[in-house]
Amino acid sequence: MSSIDVSELKPGTKLLIDGQPYVVIERQFVKPGKGAAFTRTKMKNLLTGRNIENNIRSGEKLETADVEEKAMSFLYKEGEDFVFMDQTNYEQINVLKDAVADQWRWLKDNMICQIQFFNGKVIGIALPNFVEMRVTATEPGARGDTSGNVTKPATIETGAQLGVPLFVNEGDLIRIDTRSGEYCERVLGK
Amino acid sequence: MASDRSVNLRRRSDLNRRIRQFFEERDFVEIEAPILVPSPGLELHLDAFAVENRYLITSPEYQMKRLLGAGMQRIYSLGKVFRRGEAGRHHNPEFTMLEWYRANAGWEAIADDFEALMAAVGGPSGWQRLSVAEATRRFAGVRVEGDEDLETLRKKIDGAGRRLPSTGDWSDLFFTLFLDAVEPRIDRPTILYDWPRPLCALAREKPGDSRVVERFEAYAPSPDGVLELCNGFGELTDAAEQRRRLEADRDQRRKRGLPEYPIDEKFLAALAAMPPSGGVALGVDRLAMLLFGAREIREVLAFADDEL
Repeated sequence: MSSIDVSELKPGTKLLIDGQPYVVIERQFVKPGKGAAFTRTKMKNLLTGRNIENNIRSGEKLETADVEEKAMSFLYKEGEDFVFMDQTNYEQINVLKDAVADQWRWLKDNMICQIQFFNGKVIGIALPNFVEMRVTATEPGARGDTSGNVTKPATIETGAQLGVPLFVNEGDLIRIDTRSGEYCERVLGK
Repeated sequence: MASDRSVNLRRRSDLNRRIRQFFEERDFVEIEAPILVPSPGLELHLDAFAVENRYLITSPEYQMKRLLGAGMQRIYSLGKVFRRGEAGRHHNPEFTMLEWYRANAGWEAIADDFEALMAAVGGPSGWQRLSVAEATRRFAGVRVEGDEDLETLRKKIDGAGRRLPSTGDWSDLFFTLFLDAVEPRIDRPTILYDWPRPLCALAREKPGDSRVVERFEAYAPSPDGVLELCNGFGELTDAAEQRRRLEADRDQRRKRGLPEYPIDEKFLAALAAMPPSGGVALGVDRLAMLLFGAREIREVLAFADDEL
């Protein structure tokens, strides 16, 4: 097992803490005026999806986790499982719904995802940061109101719901940030 | 983005003018403190830039105190200081420090100046004053008194999923608790005073309570978390005690393989003639962040270190 100094962490670094795999989401240099440098970290437990925050003094060593990622495309749902295909050898695997968690909301046929393996077991999937989805149902918006702060509920092609600005209509294609689960913009001309 | 920066630079220019006006009205003398010095100070967590046989200052305090020893009463300096390895959302390796000192005054008079300065530049108002013991009790649920030994302190702060430093000293343990559970919970402008004895820096012991020193720090909530603005002292003027602290820092530096800086003998000699004094160092870039609602220090700088 290799280790890494806490000051060298980057978003995406995988760590093994108390036997569980974590991924670094955010890290910030902090330093009290008269104290040592610390790294403020926000990490996600790759098994439970839960976030933890820690302030760790620089110089502390953390163990890196051996998390393997493979690019696979999503084929179809089979019962409660999600079937993916390895992009290199065309082998198919079934991913349990727990590993997909709430990311089913942004998962479309043929989408290329990173499937994460830890100790040979699928523990999660990473979607592209941005996905484009067709709006299948939403109330017509009030004409003229283009303020970005007011939103209304909309259903997209996966069946998931999210808030969109009032000017978005049924049939529109919208871009969504899968990390925050929030609407980004309307994709014009499609 | 570019336009925001130029607006902020104009506001900084105005802020500097207001700061100078504030001190002029109070009969302070502006000092152009030396920037190249033979000893940058030995604090363990400050790393100085070396330039030939000199160092860039990490603070002008040694020279400012020599002036107090020479009889000056009210002095301030507004200029650049330099700290290696400090870069982040709230740090830049070169930054602007405002320091001021009053002879024959305690830390409370300096804290009063600070509050008046905040009012004069349109900064936060309604400052509360809390002792560190009270703040740790209120925000973190454990009272840190200042006389704990390492083991007692470790037990006090353990728990809540905290990652304690494996080989930490008193300061590292304390700041792990402080960063986790005190600083982020400060919900209004706050002056923390009576700092634990192991974090004495250049502050004198509080008369009648050997557990704490006369040190204060000001914190204010900002759009990017709580900002530490300044650090002030009832200044240590006991030359023998100051020498002991500097020698202890020098020994620790050797032990940890940190760069060794010489002890400034002229500073020590001046302490003998220095009256009881109060002083403070305030990060002007942080103050600008707070006043302009900036989330990162680069927003208030002409160029951050990684933009050069």
